[in-house]
Amino acid sequence: MHPAASVIFFTTASGAGYGILVLLGILVPLGYLPTEPWFGAVTLLLALGLVSAGLLSSTFHLHHPERAWRALSQWRSSWLSREGVAAIVTYGPALLFAFGWIVYGNSIGGWALWGAVAAIMALVTIYSTAMIYASLRTIRQWHHRLVPLVYLTLGLASGAIWLTAISSSFGITNDLVVAVALIFILAGAVIKFIYWSSIDQSVSQSDAGTATGLGHIGTVKQFEAPHTEDNWVMKEMGFQIARKHALKLRKIVGLLAFFIPFICLLGALMDVAPVLAMSWIAALSASIGIVVERWLFFAEAQHVVGLFYGHDHS
Amino acid sequence: MSTGTSQPTVDTSPKVSDEIRKTTCYMCACRCGINVHLRDGKVRYIEGNRDHPVNKGVLCAKGSAGIMQHYAPSRLKAPLLRVGERGEGKFKEISWEEALEKAVSWLAPIRADDPKKLAFFTGRDQSQSLTSWWAQQFGTPNYAAHGGFCSVNMAAAGIYTMGGAFWEFGQPDWERTKMFMIFGVAEDHDSNPIKLGLAKLKERGAKIVGVNPVRTGYNAIADEWVPVTPGTDGLFILSIIHELLKAGHVDLDYLLRYTNAGWLVIDDEGAADHGLFARDADGKPLSLDRKTKKIGPAEMIRRDAALQGDVTLDDGRKARPVFALLATKYADAAYAPMATAAETGIPAEQTERLAAELARVAFEEEITIDQPWTDMTGERHEKMIGRPVSFHAMRGISAHSNGFQTCRALHLLQILLGSIECPGGFRFKPPYPKPMEAHPVPNAECEPNQPLAGPHLGYPRGPEDLLIDEDGSPQRIDKAFSWENPMSVHGLMHTVIANAYHGDPYPIEVLFMYMANMAWNSSMNTKGMMDMLSEKKEDGSYVIPKIIYSDAYSSEMVAFADLILPDTTYLERHDCISMLDRPISEPTAAADSIRWPVIEPDRDVRGFQSVILDIGARLGLEGMINKDGSAKYTDYADYIVNHQRKPGIGPLAGFRGADKKERGRGAVNPEQLDDYIENGGFFLEHIPDEAQFFKHANAGYQDWAVSMGFYDTPQPVTFQLYLETLSKFQRAAEGHGDRQPPDYLKQQISEAFDPLPIWYAPGEGSQLEQSGELADFPLHAITQRPAAMYHSWGSQNAWLRQIHGRNPLYVPGNVCDDAGLKDGDWAWVISHHARIKVPVQRMNAVNSKTLWTWNAIGKRKGAWALKPDAPEATKGFLLNHLISDLLPPRGDGMRWSNSDPITGQGAWYDLRVRIEKADDDGTTQSEPTIEPQESPVGVGPDSIAYGKEWTK
Amino acid sequence: MTSLPQHTERKLGLVIDLDTCVGCQACVVNCKEWNTGGYGDPLSDQDPYGASPTGSWLNRVHSYEVTPPDAPAQIVHFPRSCLHCEDAPCVTVCPTGASYKRQEDGIVLVNEDWCIGCGLCAWSCPYGAREMDADAGVMKKCTLCVDRIYNENLPEIDREPACVRSCPSKARHFGDFSDPESEVSLLVLARGGMDLMPEQGTKPVNKYLPPRPKQKPDVSCSTREAPKADGILGWLDAALEKLG
Ligand SMILES: Nc1nc2c(c(=O)[nH]1)N[C@H]1C(S)=C(S)[C@@H](COP(=O)(O)OP(=O)(O)OC[C@H]3O[C@@H](n4cnc5c(=O)[nH]c(N)nc54)[C@H](O)[C@@H]3O)O[C@H]1N2
Ligand SMILES: Nc1nc2c(c(=O)[nH]1)N[C@H]1C(S)=C(S)[C@@H](COP(=O)(O)OP(=O)(O)OC[C@H]3O[C@@H](n4cnc5c(=O)[nH]c(N)nc54)[C@H](O)[C@@H]3O)O[C@H]1N2
Ligand code: SF4
Ligand code: SF4
Ligand code: SF4
Ligand code: SF4
Ligand code: SF4
Ligand SMILES: [Mo]
Repeated sequence: MHPAASVIFFTTASGAGYGILVLLGILVPLGYLPTEPWFGAVTLLLALGLVSAGLLSSTFHLHHPERAWRALSQWRSSWLSREGVAAIVTYGPALLFAFGWIVYGNSIGGWALWGAVAAIMALVTIYSTAMIYASLRTIRQWHHRLVPLVYLTLGLASGAIWLTAISSSFGITNDLVVAVALIFILAGAVIKFIYWSSIDQSVSQSDAGTATGLGHIGTVKQFEAPHTEDNWVMKEMGFQIARKHALKLRKIVGLLAFFIPFICLLGALMDVAPVLAMSWIAALSASIGIVVERWLFFAEAQHVVGLFYGHDHS
Repeated sequence: MSTGTSQPTVDTSPKVSDEIRKTTCYMCACRCGINVHLRDGKVRYIEGNRDHPVNKGVLCAKGSAGIMQHYAPSRLKAPLLRVGERGEGKFKEISWEEALEKAVSWLAPIRADDPKKLAFFTGRDQSQSLTSWWAQQFGTPNYAAHGGFCSVNMAAAGIYTMGGAFWEFGQPDWERTKMFMIFGVAEDHDSNPIKLGLAKLKERGAKIVGVNPVRTGYNAIADEWVPVTPGTDGLFILSIIHELLKAGHVDLDYLLRYTNAGWLVIDDEGAADHGLFARDADGKPLSLDRKTKKIGPAEMIRRDAALQGDVTLDDGRKARPVFALLATKYADAAYAPMATAAETGIPAEQTERLAAELARVAFEEEITIDQPWTDMTGERHEKMIGRPVSFHAMRGISAHSNGFQTCRALHLLQILLGSIECPGGFRFKPPYPKPMEAHPVPNAECEPNQPLAGPHLGYPRGPEDLLIDEDGSPQRIDKAFSWENPMSVHGLMHTVIANAYHGDPYPIEVLFMYMANMAWNSSMNTKGMMDMLSEKKEDGSYVIPKIIYSDAYSSEMVAFADLILPDTTYLERHDCISMLDRPISEPTAAADSIRWPVIEPDRDVRGFQSVILDIGARLGLEGMINKDGSAKYTDYADYIVNHQRKPGIGPLAGFRGADKKERGRGAVNPEQLDDYIENGGFFLEHIPDEAQFFKHANAGYQDWAVSMGFYDTPQPVTFQLYLETLSKFQRAAEGHGDRQPPDYLKQQISEAFDPLPIWYAPGEGSQLEQSGELADFPLHAITQRPAAMYHSWGSQNAWLRQIHGRNPLYVPGNVCDDAGLKDGDWAWVISHHARIKVPVQRMNAVNSKTLWTWNAIGKRKGAWALKPDAPEATKGFLLNHLISDLLPPRGDGMRWSNSDPITGQGAWYDLRVRIEKADDDGTTQSEPTIEPQESPVGVGPDSIAYGKEWTK
Repeated sequence: MTSLPQHTERKLGLVIDLDTCVGCQACVVNCKEWNTGGYGDPLSDQDPYGASPTGSWLNRVHSYEVTPPDAPAQIVHFPRSCLHCEDAPCVTVCPTGASYKRQEDGIVLVNEDWCIGCGLCAWSCPYGAREMDADAGVMKKCTLCVDRIYNENLPEIDREPACVRSCPSKARHFGDFSDPESEVSLLVLARGGMDLMPEQGTKPVNKYLPPRPKQKPDVSCSTREAPKADGILGWLDAALEKLG
């Protein structure tokens, strides 16, 4: 699949944003995080900022953004619609939570409930995003049960990392958040590597034989494409990446998204390295790492339609 | 979940068009009927005309892309006068008056001085009855259309053998045939009809056998594939004949009735009439009555003729029946499938089985129609007996130097099986069959300011009809009807430019061409051709002094002309597909048709036919002016309606006479064109039931044909298994008669002009073999017509070029492995003449010695209003650069023509090559590269959204 | 309406005969020609006279080389357009409801006024049957000529898809699969009509008729004896006798 920059940025940014929102919405009410309104202002601004920027960029991917509102109508069947609805709905509790916290300094009491609701909605939104891909049978590498887990863990991990970076910038260090980050980085790494080995092993049920129905006669090879230059379908879904290229990128993901952030934050947690520097390195590294991970998520995805166009596997 | 209730409502009955105009397609030469839907004065949609005899409603890809052709940015806009050098494409627009006067100022002096200094050659011309008449009235002997390089072998072999060939002359009985063999066809002119026919066969489960080195298109859907090696079909066919004769699987009754099987051939080695028919005092061929043992006129003896044995003629000389000669010849072990398998690449088992299958279907699955009919002898037949095997063939067998004999061999096979003009077999389309005798002989005597004595083209009966001077030198610029290719019945357009350039046989003054991209895909040795067109003498003037050309689009040829007469598109002009030319008839009916301006031109262009009538009038050509010298015809439409060849016979056969009811013959009907338009753009006259089959010998048909004006007296055909004309040329080569070939041609003529079909190795290959170089060129290279492209002119079409924007060279897997080639690699393909660099693609469904590509996809940069980086010009290529109009040197100092020695048909598919991987220097430009030409019409737009105004 | 109707009154679709298709592209271009001035926005073309001409088409014809284990390779021409699936994922994934399957005849359509051009439906289609129009920014797909098959402005006989009407080889058949007696149903029955990628669970309505088996190369059937010189003359007299 052709990696679309707008979509990659969207999932990465909103993932981190929702991650932060989840942590705030749960940890603040439970009192594990500073409750000063300014802290709420800063962190919630970051969270909702990332989310909004992401959502905005995702509309660049549409040819008719002016009609984007229509996308809210089909939540009954469409994960894309559900994502849109969830994303928008999330603003409600999130803003109420922010209001209570920032205006009334109330982040533990009644208003806190909204935090919890926001957190749940954020998780639902990330899940819906993941399901847009995971529900497509046409793409083996996406139609995979680990895909939602990857999105969730990476969202929470990047959220936790960024929350650490931000709070440490204000001289606040919170071992719990760091610990949460470490846990999700670890979980994310494990899940992602299981995912990779799983898609490497699994084979598509479809091949040129089933695509054309000619498999019963013999081996099927494309003789002539219907047109001599690539059409939209091929540009959009015919993207292929060399195996060795993909492996290199997987290593980079492992390094940037998981290894470096983990080491940095571990160092910070064990006070062997300065939290501020470490958490920022971790945050930047993780974000770049996840961008690469998302790019690869598209690049490695083989749409079955390629079988009609001479791709030998899907 | 909720259901369709909230489903949007779709307007399922939108308006389609304001008006439908019915005319004839010309995206190719098939001439299908089309309904042109017009909306707001623009073409909304083109569909096939369901009532039309040719396409019966269907429409091919090209026809469906008519909109993009009609509105193509490559359309010429106004008459052009060259301002740059030839080939550059620099022109200035001039007015029609200037253009016509310029043309007249070039032509009038020639006509007054020496008319043959005009060479007028037309390419994809569908108005040959007009253009040939025009040339005849001008008085130049130098006229022909493009048939000489196209498929004259097919046409000539067919007419000489049985009075008609395939394509426009006839077709299989699609409704009834049970086994169909198709030789060397990718598309053919009968594009839609063949597909409709194949569909009928598939529906009935009839067997289709594809004989072709490449297994695409029709051959892909064939039930059986015969992967013949190029140039060897003749041998394959004669092997089948060998098998049939061996087993006695021939239709003797049919042979005796309808062929010259029983005619006696003089057997008198060394005599001037050796190999000619024994004739009586009035020149009637003789047979031996096998019952009475008496010799008499063959036409009287007919079914009682002896078919074997030595016969002693009254003058005591020996003679043998044709069938005996034929039987002995093909019984030879040299024709046994086992013996030919290596050459043809066809396993002996397959040839044997196919022969057996043909015989089984022809004789055991015989079909009969209960339709009484009377033959030319007056004998009444209660039934029509059918041999349901049929054949079709085209350039795969005709575009070889042995093509004429191969086509003859195929007809011989059809005739031996008794499958010509019978139910389930091959059926002629009126006005065919028409025997050689009913065709004219060629003419070339010309006088200043005089029309030519007779038509340019015809069918020589023997050396006496050649167009040569006392010293044997050719009278035509293309050397047609000369000793080099005596039976070149369609002329030799492909030799004109080279001959004019060399001034051989004589220099010309004006080269006038129409609708032929001679500077590109219709020429062999394309680069050389461009050089000859643009070469100058010392004095700075061009070797070919003046070139006038009519095209409708910015083609490669345009760049080489001095004066351009821009034509209309096929939707903007009158045309007439005439019974006098090549009509659109069906086996069951005679038919002709018209084109008419369904849309008015939005540019300063004129229909070419109207233009030459204008020029003709300005030149004062007989028949084109009135007594007072004024123009006789206002335009082509006027000519179509009012011109008469003979009293009552005009270009259109339909709606003649005052009552508009007469057909074939009849007085002029001033409203004839309206009546055609009324009738859907065509006219159809059904053949009476008793005249539907055996047309060559059916009294009912012959009478009907005379009433239609095809000819004035019945013209039955006796199929010529043995072709005497060929023996006459052999005798001349042996030194008999007052007209004899030059010594250097004697051997070629006595070998090639065998009166019974033979096979000889294609020229290029055998030439290379003689010089010991064949090993360097072990492979064959051929082209195929893509169904969705028409020669060069499809590439200007925004829709079609998305389908074929470039062409790879398809290479058999085994050859790829040997040469280390994989898909996408670039390779050098090398012939004795040139080398080209091309992208390759692996393919296995192909003869293992054959490379091939789609024809005419490659384009010159700057042509067709395409951008210079168009894939056609960067990755696309022409095979033509490899094909030479001359054979490799023989060491006899002479360069022999790469053509059939009998007809002069260009031997495109004799090409021999080798292939080498090109080292990957990063370039992706096919070679040779040719200087870009300037576009007189600019380049096309960056995007199209056709029909926007009609969508919501 | 994005949810699929549980059941449609009719099941209109195409049967494509791979045994008869010669790959001539007539259906492809005629489809383009009809539809560019028809349903919804035009089928636009980009760089139509340049280096990489491309555009929107609703029907495309591939060709494949199929190599049996025991016979020479063969070419199969392969038209591909929307199969109007019963379980059409392209409908359920659509967030706007622009992509829908018609209750009355099962035709899958895009309501271009609602389409936001997200492309998700194309991602969900296994058959590459949907193409985003670069000019209009809406999703294009085969409409089964919904603007022809019921069109009162066309003569009865022409109320069939443009591709079917134009196909010179009669390799395309249009009809109602819900009627077991319809031509298409009978063809599918008689010729073993098949689904493309059944494993994708889309339940295509369109069916493909597989190529009929080809004549296998001959295994030596050597009935060959050297041809006698008198081979012909042997039978000729007898044969002529019969003629009388
Ligand atoms: N779509 C389309 N239709 C056309 C044209 C076009 O350009 N496009 N051109 C028109 C014109 S001008 C003409 S003359 C006709 C020509 O009609 P065709 O004769 O069908 O044209 P070609 O493409 O030359 O086909 C030659 C076929 O013979 C095969 N072949 C080559 N050598 C041999 C051989 O030695 N033996 C056998 N058995 N087969 C061989 C090739 O593989 C190819 O399939 O088509 C006409 N129709
Ligand atoms: N390698 C190879 N070369 C071949 C062949 C092959 O099989 N292989 N086939 C040969 C054969 S059989 C043929 S017939 C030739 C065909 O080759 P050409 O006779 O050159 O046919 P086209 O390329 O169609 O070009 C005809 C010209 O007519 C112009 N034209 C189109 N419409 C009109 C119109 O309405 N009016 C006017 N005035 N002009 C118009 C076009 O723009 C073009 O310049 O190619 C030959 N060349
Ligand atoms: S075959 Fe196609 S291009 Fe040729 S005349 Fe018929 S419809 Fe037109
Ligand atoms: S028109 Fe018919 S034969 Fe031609 S490609 Fe389409 S389906 Fe095949
Ligand atoms: S073929 Fe593709 S577009 Fe058509 S209905 Fe099936 S899934 Fe949808
Ligand atoms: S592209 Fe249009 S039709 Fe397709 S899913 Fe998006 S909105 Fe629906
Ligand atoms: S049914 Fe109509 S829209 Fe669909 S492919 Fe055929 S012509 Fe095109
Ligand atoms: Mo031709």
